[in-house]
Amino acid sequence: MNAVTNWAQRLSPVVRNIPPSGIRRFFDLVAEMKGVISLGVGEPDFVTPWSIRESCIYSLEKGMTMYTSNYGLLELREAIARNIYGDFGVTYDPRKEIVVTVGVSEAMDLAMRAILSPGDEVIIPEPCYVSYSACTALAGGVPVPVATTAENEFRLTPRQLEAAITPKTKAVIIAYPSNPTGATISGPELAALAKIIEQYDLIVIADEIYDKLTYEGQHTCFSSLPGMRDRTILLNGFSKAYAMTGWRIGYACGNPDFIGAMVKIHQYTMLCAPITAQMAALEALRNGKGAMEEMVKQYNQRRKLMLHGFRQMGLDCFEPRGAFYIFPSIEKTGLNCEEFSEALLKEANVAVVPGTAFGQPGEGHIRCSYAASVKQLNEALERIAGFVSKRLS
Amino acid sequence: MTQREKQILEILENDSRTGAEQIAIMLGMDVAEVRAKIAEWEAQKIIIKYNTIVNWEKLGDDTVTAMIEVKIAPQRDAGYDSLAERIYRYPEVKSVLLMSGGYDLAVLIEGQSLKEVAMFVSEKLATIDGVQSTGTHFVLKKYKMGGVILNGKHEDDKRLVITP
Ligand SMILES: Cc1ncc(COP(=O)(O)O)c(C=O)c1O
Repeated sequence: MNAVTNWAQRLSPVVRNIPPSGIRRFFDLVAEMKGVISLGVGEPDFVTPWSIRESCIYSLEKGMTMYTSNYGLLELREAIARNIYGDFGVTYDPRKEIVVTVGVSEAMDLAMRAILSPGDEVIIPEPCYVSYSACTALAGGVPVPVATTAENEFRLTPRQLEAAITPKTKAVIIAYPSNPTGATISGPELAALAKIIEQYDLIVIADEIYDKLTYEGQHTCFSSLPGMRDRTILLNGFSKAYAMTGWRIGYACGNPDFIGAMVKIHQYTMLCAPITAQMAALEALRNGKGAMEEMVKQYNQRRKLMLHGFRQMGLDCFEPRGAFYIFPSIEKTGLNCEEFSEALLKEANVAVVPGTAFGQPGEGHIRCSYAASVKQLNEALERIAGFVSKRLS
Repeated sequence: MTQREKQILEILENDSRTGAEQIAIMLGMDVAEVRAKIAEWEAQKIIIKYNTIVNWEKLGDDTVTAMIEVKIAPQRDAGYDSLAERIYRYPEVKSVLLMSGGYDLAVLIEGQSLKEVAMFVSEKLATIDGVQSTGTHFVLKKYKMGGVILNGKHEDDKRLVITP
């Protein structure tokens, strides 16, 4: 008899070495349970506004079922360019500086693959969205995590950035408002980072998918900073602001060389983003602003409710000013974040995500999404309060 | 009115049972301030009433609703208002709207039967001095009233329970 083939051995070591997702295990645990209130969902609880859904149905009726340009529909790129100019005063040429992608997820992968050579380092402030390290590694790069801290409300500081730079540093990821912390960063703080970025001649990948979900202060688009436009690959999408996660539609903006290189990969791996979703995205930009602002208003009310709730329990919690997450410290309970999350789930039937799912610096924290109804949030807060009070003495 | 004050009303309009404490937290305001505002609006009749939307149909109630197009002659000194008042004072009349276009008043009437509604229109409404004509349209089915979808399927949360 033949020896059993070890297929796992045949996998690419790059893929094999990517650690399993910290969220997966929790997902399996929660999926088995009943009556759970989940604050673990990283997507809006609203369904896509009807005018957007309706325009997609109409596009299907009209027979819009074909490929588009690799770059995406020109009309959509033009609308994106107008929108960015209107919001931030940055100009992108819709013909060669914008590509429509299958979510920011694909755009992130394209950006990494377009710029990285084997061994190039990418500075990644953590805790952060789960895909940055994996995309870096898959593109042959080396992720260099930088631990941002609760004391500094999880903002990357110029000193931290400079300390992480080596001769191999190629790029840095800047992603505010932040998933999982809800942190934002001010224009002057970004300008201080930009100075160092210029000095060391780095590329910036700016993931600004939560830009519209900024509740205090103004969002500063990284490429609007002096001298930063051409060294920035700006990523954004429709998933969060327009409640369109399942449509899988995003975009990247940058200088024609970067975008051209990204399109080279995109044309062979994706060809183009689905036209149905592109048509819907166009409607979102044309007529979706009112519905988007209404959702932002409601997130903001829930944000205040959550912040009040966690502080009331006696937990330390900095004020999240963006996205739809709150990231309280659970250190006072004496549990680590994995233990806390698992016990909370089993005893109180509330699902949250342990901070370490977003990198080791997330230890001591849990990510709670407030993309849920006020009624659910109130109930969840009550259950968490009961659970926490037993552990604070 | 500030944006925040407007939001107090929006929250109440959506769920009038939301307490002042909860509203204060959600808007980052002082509870006393929220209470005072609400009291002020109640006094000024800006907040008119706290209502409940009941789907009577579900209880097998077969009340008949009709929308009556009414053409009227405006009155000296009072325009349409005095005639509108004569009409809206009837408890059978649920709403009265002054319209642009082919007719003047849209009058919503409820009754126990088609006959009752028809009698009301012919005996009470059509006979008011100044009413020139009426056109009765019976409601067959209510889909959405006052921004609320009736008999809408309850949409479950279809999201995965944990996502990044
Ligand atoms: C910070 C961040 N970037 C990117 C994504 C992926 O977004 P998309 O749906 O556009 O692929 C998410 C989704 O959770 C996110 O939180």
